[in-house]
Amino acid sequence: MEHEPTLEEVQKEYHGTLKSYLLGFFYCLCLTLASFGLVITKALSLRNLVYALVALALIQAIIQLRFFLKLGHERKPHWQTMIFAFLVLILLIIAGGSLWVMFDLNNRLMPPM
Amino acid sequence: MNKPLSVHYQAEQNPDISIPDPNQDMFSKNTLGFWMYLMTDCLIFASLFISHAVLANESFGGPTSRDLFRLDLTLAETGALLFSSITCGFALLSSLKNRRNAVIGWLIVAFLCGALFVGMELSEFSDFLSQGASWTTSAFLSSFFTLVGTHGLHVSIGLFWMLVIIGQLLFLGITPFVFRRLVIFGMFWHFLDLVWIFIFTFVYLFGVI
Repeated sequence: MEHEPTLEEVQKEYHGTLKSYLLGFFYCLCLTLASFGLVITKALSLRNLVYALVALALIQAIIQLRFFLKLGHERKPHWQTMIFAFLVLILLIIAGGSLWVMFDLNNRLMPPM
Repeated sequence: MNKPLSVHYQAEQNPDISIPDPNQDMFSKNTLGFWMYLMTDCLIFASLFISHAVLANESFGGPTSRDLFRLDLTLAETGALLFSSITCGFALLSSLKNRRNAVIGWLIVAFLCGALFVGMELSEFSDFLSQGASWTTSAFLSSFFTLVGTHGLHVSIGLFWMLVIIGQLLFLGITPFVFRRLVIFGMFWHFLDLVWIFIFTFVYLFGVI
């Protein structure tokens, strides 16, 4: 029942192309330089700077997932994407929940100024 | 009739072939299993990120992130790791064309960039230690060294792994097994670069603003 694929069959499964790697590299380079440039030039106010940095990091993460890790390119029952979606759910619960609890505690336990 | 709930594990008597699952072979199982490992690894990093986010300002009178971090070094580290990541991708592309020497060459370039990254990180750590900023100094530095050190340890293990793969390519050539290991290693290496995005953003850049 189990059929072991030959090298050619396995290689056909692999979706990377030179173009996708170069494109991903170019985007990542631009986004990284943008993040560092924003911090070094101090162009934005603190609040906007934080939002911009988080947005740039998330965009770069999505680009790397797409162009380097080939997420979403796999065969039909998209197991990898499903597992990744579950991870995102867990991350939202753990990370969001912990940060919420800790910073809320910080606020509540702050001595009165 | 009650069907057992086990999915795709043993051959069923009357398999439902209306929805075929093609991912039954060793290659798919291995890559999927390794992907699951990466997701759990991601949870380790997530918990370290959270503790760093909570402790980042607790410098306990010692040096703060503004005193210590040097953005030029961080930018150089980022570049080295990104370049290492993409050259590892080039190695995979050459392996699709069965060009063994090109694969080995790109892997050596990726190895050198990764080693440069680890070297810069170690020199940064020793610089911090010489300024009296060790992991025992403050909660901020404990969480910093744990988070960045865990990533650096992963990269170091990856470097060792790369040497093993280069050896296998030299002695075995590109076989289905070596190709599978190369693909899995590529996932690991790209994943480490992905984690580094968040380290340079949330640790270094947030540390100096």
